[in-house]
Amino acid sequence: MHIDKTYRRAYNIEPNMCWECYSCVKACPQNAIDMRGYADFAPLGHSVRVQRDEKKGTIAWRIKFRNGTEKNFLSPITTKPWGQAIPKLAEVPAPSQEMRDSQLLYNEPKYLRMDDGGLHTLEAAGLTLKKGVYY
Amino acid sequence: MFAINPFAALSTSISPAVMQGFVVVMIVLVALGTLFDIVHKGSAKYFFGNWRKTRTARELGGGEMMSIAVQTAVVDVLASGEFCNARRRVAHLLTMYGFILHAVSTVVMVFNPAADAPWAQLWWIGGLMVLVGGYWFWFFIRVDVAAEGSSPLRVMRADLFILSLLASVTFGLLWAWLQSWILFGLYIVATTVLFGGVPWSKFAHMFFKPAAAFEKRVSEANGTNQNLPTLSRDDPEQQARHSMELLRDAPMDMGLGIKREAPRHY
Repeated sequence: MHIDKTYRRAYNIEPNMCWECYSCVKACPQNAIDMRGYADFAPLGHSVRVQRDEKKGTIAWRIKFRNGTEKNFLSPITTKPWGQAIPKLAEVPAPSQEMRDSQLLYNEPKYLRMDDGGLHTLEAAGLTLKKGVYY
Repeated sequence: MFAINPFAALSTSISPAVMQGFVVVMIVLVALGTLFDIVHKGSAKYFFGNWRKTRTARELGGGEMMSIAVQTAVVDVLASGEFCNARRRVAHLLTMYGFILHAVSTVVMVFNPAADAPWAQLWWIGGLMVLVGGYWFWFFIRVDVAAEGSSPLRVMRADLFILSLLASVTFGLLWAWLQSWILFGLYIVATTVLFGGVPWSKFAHMFFKPAAAFEKRVSEANGTNQNLPTLSRDDPEQQARHSMELLRDAPMDMGLGIKREAPRHY
């Protein structure tokens, strides 16, 4: 990590050591890490900044293009309060040898809902697939 | 011991004029070091450049600016409000107020050898506050030790400020207690490094951090927000958006996610 002398934020100077996943940028409580956005959505001379508000369960992005255009996004990062819907694996009994040898993963088929009448389909749920992007 | 001016006792061996000269030299070193730091890092240039950029946004009124200045002074400066970690904040408050008490009482007692109580007691209380806050920070709180599992004894150049501050106060109090010339020599060396090392240490943060905190509050108030997003779930218009549909019935306070546990995974 180095300090960018113009923006006074830290940035990674070693591309081999960075997956550009933005995890550090999102997690930094002081928003002190800077990133250059991918060229496919923001040409050089832009600003991409992010604010992860875990208390409200949202993430917000603000992208400023070099021609002054600005884009703002707000999306959920959780739909339930943190930590409540995650299975506490320490409290779950260890899998038996039979379960270990099985092809099924943890909580399958329960999590695939095959235990109550097979895999659920759009049709069974009364839904249809529409063409294209719709909002 | 606690009610005696330690510098008055010293004046039998070292002339008060020499001690006063030393204090003046230290003050000059801090001033010069801070100016050098500002020029070297371009802090002032950056600050005023940013200032001009934020002025293109909504102009803030005099009352608003005054309110932001008061908030910066009370929350960010006097109460160290920028720290997220409560222990780190308490340690910083102890060190900061301890240093102010210790430094001011040192100057008063050096320039007025007749000054005993309460300055001598304040000198001791301030010094002990620095030691409690500083050693707590050094051995337990700082991120190298608390989160990254590094040895508390690992030292690097970035530690110059905290280590010279702790050394100066530790040797100062030990000298006042034991009256040893060796401890006095170490006290003078550590103090010279503390105040003379400003260009290489983070001593100057006491000047540029309030400026940065003020600028941050101004940019939040005028909407530029340092280019950070300003959309929030509190806004009813945002709540009605399709992308926020999944959060329609969710509570406004989702609790803590990654902040639920301290990052100790090394």
